[in-house]
Amino acid sequence: MVLRMTARKSFATFTFSADVTIRDDRFGIFGVSGSGKSTLVGMLAGLLEPDTGEIMLDDDCLFSSAKRINLRPEQRRVAIVFQQHCLFPHLSVMNNLLYGFKRCPPEHRSIDFDTLVSVLKLEGLLGRGVTNLSGGEKQRVALGRAILANPRLLLMDEPMSALDDALRFQIIPYLKSVSEQFRIPYLFISHSLVEMRLMAEQVLVMSGGAVVEQTSTDQLARSRMGHSPVGYINLLRLSRPRLDNGLFSYAWGAGELLISAGSDQQEAIFELSSKDIILCKMHPEAISARNLLKCSVVSTFESGNKVGVELASGEGRLVAEVVPQAVEELRIAAGSELYAAIKASAFRRIG
Amino acid sequence: MPLNYDARQSMITLSPTDFDAIRLSVQVAIAATLLSLPFGLAVAYLITFVKFRGKLLLEVVVNLPLTMPPVVVGYLLLLLLGKHGWLGSLLSAAGIRLIFTLKAAVIASALVGFPLLVRSLRTGMEAIDPQLINASRTLGARWYDTLFTVILPLSVPGLVAGSSLMFARSLGEFGATIIVAGNIPGVTQTIPLAIYEYASSPTSGDMALSLCLVSVALSIVVLFLHEMMAKKMARRD
Repeated sequence: MVLRMTARKSFATFTFSADVTIRDDRFGIFGVSGSGKSTLVGMLAGLLEPDTGEIMLDDDCLFSSAKRINLRPEQRRVAIVFQQHCLFPHLSVMNNLLYGFKRCPPEHRSIDFDTLVSVLKLEGLLGRGVTNLSGGEKQRVALGRAILANPRLLLMDEPMSALDDALRFQIIPYLKSVSEQFRIPYLFISHSLVEMRLMAEQVLVMSGGAVVEQTSTDQLARSRMGHSPVGYINLLRLSRPRLDNGLFSYAWGAGELLISAGSDQQEAIFELSSKDIILCKMHPEAISARNLLKCSVVSTFESGNKVGVELASGEGRLVAEVVPQAVEELRIAAGSELYAAIKASAFRRIG
Repeated sequence: MPLNYDARQSMITLSPTDFDAIRLSVQVAIAATLLSLPFGLAVAYLITFVKFRGKLLLEVVVNLPLTMPPVVVGYLLLLLLGKHGWLGSLLSAAGIRLIFTLKAAVIASALVGFPLLVRSLRTGMEAIDPQLINASRTLGARWYDTLFTVILPLSVPGLVAGSSLMFARSLGEFGATIIVAGNIPGVTQTIPLAIYEYASSPTSGDMALSLCLVSVALSIVVLFLHEMMAKKMARRD
C-alpha cells in the first residue's frame, strides 16, 4: 500500500498540517492526545474535509481540493476500529459483523465469514446482543465488523485505550493476526509506545497538529529513553517455559532468563525496563539478582542525560541505561564485554 | 356504541353524543399523530444532523405553535384554508372542503402538537453517539441507509415518547379546533368541545364532569406510557 497525503485544516485552536508518504502495510501514528491523530484518521476516512490538499491511496484519489474530489466515507473502503467499540446496540453480534459485509460490492468480498469468526473466536457469541459482551469481546466484534467490510485500509484508532491492562495485550495478537491473515494494510494510532512497537515497525510522530518525524518504532523508543520515567522498555517474546525452583526459566540469547512472573503458556511477552539492568565490569562473586548474563556491547547512544547501552547475548538484544559517569568508569564502548544483572522480579508479563 | 354495563346507573353518565365525542377525539388524535410523524422525523433529522443556513429560523417556526395561543393558530389556519384563503381557494377549485370538517380538526391538532413531537424526537436523536453514525458510513452505508438502519431504530424510544405526548395534546386540543372545525356534535365535536358545550348550559354540570373524568383517565394512561418511554431513553447509553 502507498498512501500519499498532503493536507491542511485550520481549527479554532490549532492548525493541522501533514505532508507524508506511507509505503508500509503496517504503520503507526504516534502522538499524545490533541496532537492531531484523530484529525488525520477523520480525513483519511472521509469524515473530515481538509481545507486544502490531496489524499491518494495507491492510484486512487480520495480527496483533492485542486480537482474538487472528495469521496464520501462509504466510497473510500477505509474502515475504522474506534476507541470505543461503537457497535450498533440494536443489532446482534451477527448483524453487527455483517453490517459492512452486506454493503460491500460483491467483487470486493474476499473475506470468508466463517474463517474470520473462528480467528476471532466469536463462534459462541453470534446470536447474542452486544450490550452484555465484555470489553474485550466487544472490541473483537468491532474488529471483525471492520475487517468484514473488506476495506483496503484499516484505521485502528487507539483500539485498546478503553480496555484495562490485562485485556489490552490480549487483543494485540488478534489485531495482528487478522490483518496479516487477510492481508489488510493498517495504520495503528496510539499514544502508547509499547503498543506501537508491538503493532508496527515504522511510525509517524505527530505533535501540535503536525507530522514532526517519520522513524522506526525502536528508534523512537531509544530517543525517548532519557526523557521517559520508565526508560526504554525491552520487549521480550519468550517461549517454552520450564519451572526451576519456583521461577520460570526461558531460553534467551546464549543462556536463559529466570522470571518470577512467568506463566505456563507456551509463548509470552515480557517488558523489562532499561532502568532495571545493572551493568558490572567483572563477574560479581555473589549477587541476589537471579540473572547474570555475559554480554557484549553492540553500540551506545545518548538520550537526554542518559546513555543507552545495547547489549548482545547470542541472538538476544537488550538495552540498558546508565549515566555518562558510569560509561567512563566501566569504559563502555562498542565491543566491550560486560555482565548484566537483572532481578527475576523485574520482568512484567504483558501478554 | 354498545354498553356492557348500565352506564346510567354508574357514577359516570355518558350519552351517545359523548361516546361520539370520545370516538372523534381518539380518531383526531391518532390521525394528527400519524400525519405529523413523517414531517416530525424529517424536521428532527434536519435540525440534529444537517448543517444548513436558516436552521435557527426553522427551529423558531417549528416551536411557534408552542407559545402562540391555539386560537391564533386556528385563526391563521382559517385565513389560509377558508373559502377565500390562499390554499382554501385552490382546494375548493379542486372540490375539497376542509373548514368545519374532521380533517380540519386533524390539521389543527397536528399543528399545535407538532413542536412536542419534534422536541422528543430531537432529544432521542441527539442521544445517539455520533461515532455510531460515522461507523455506519465508513462501513459503506450511504446517508439514507444510515438513517434507516441506525438513526431511526435508535430513535424509537424518542418516537414513542413524542407520539404519546402529541397524542395526549391532540386529545385536549380546543382553541384551534373550535375555530377551523366548529363544534358540530357527531361530526367535529371532540371531548373538549363537548365539555365546553355542557359547561355553557346551566343544567349539564354532571355530564361535563363525566367527560372530564374520561379525559383525565385518557391523559393519565397516555402520560404513564410517555414517562415509561422517557425513562427507557434515559437509561440507554
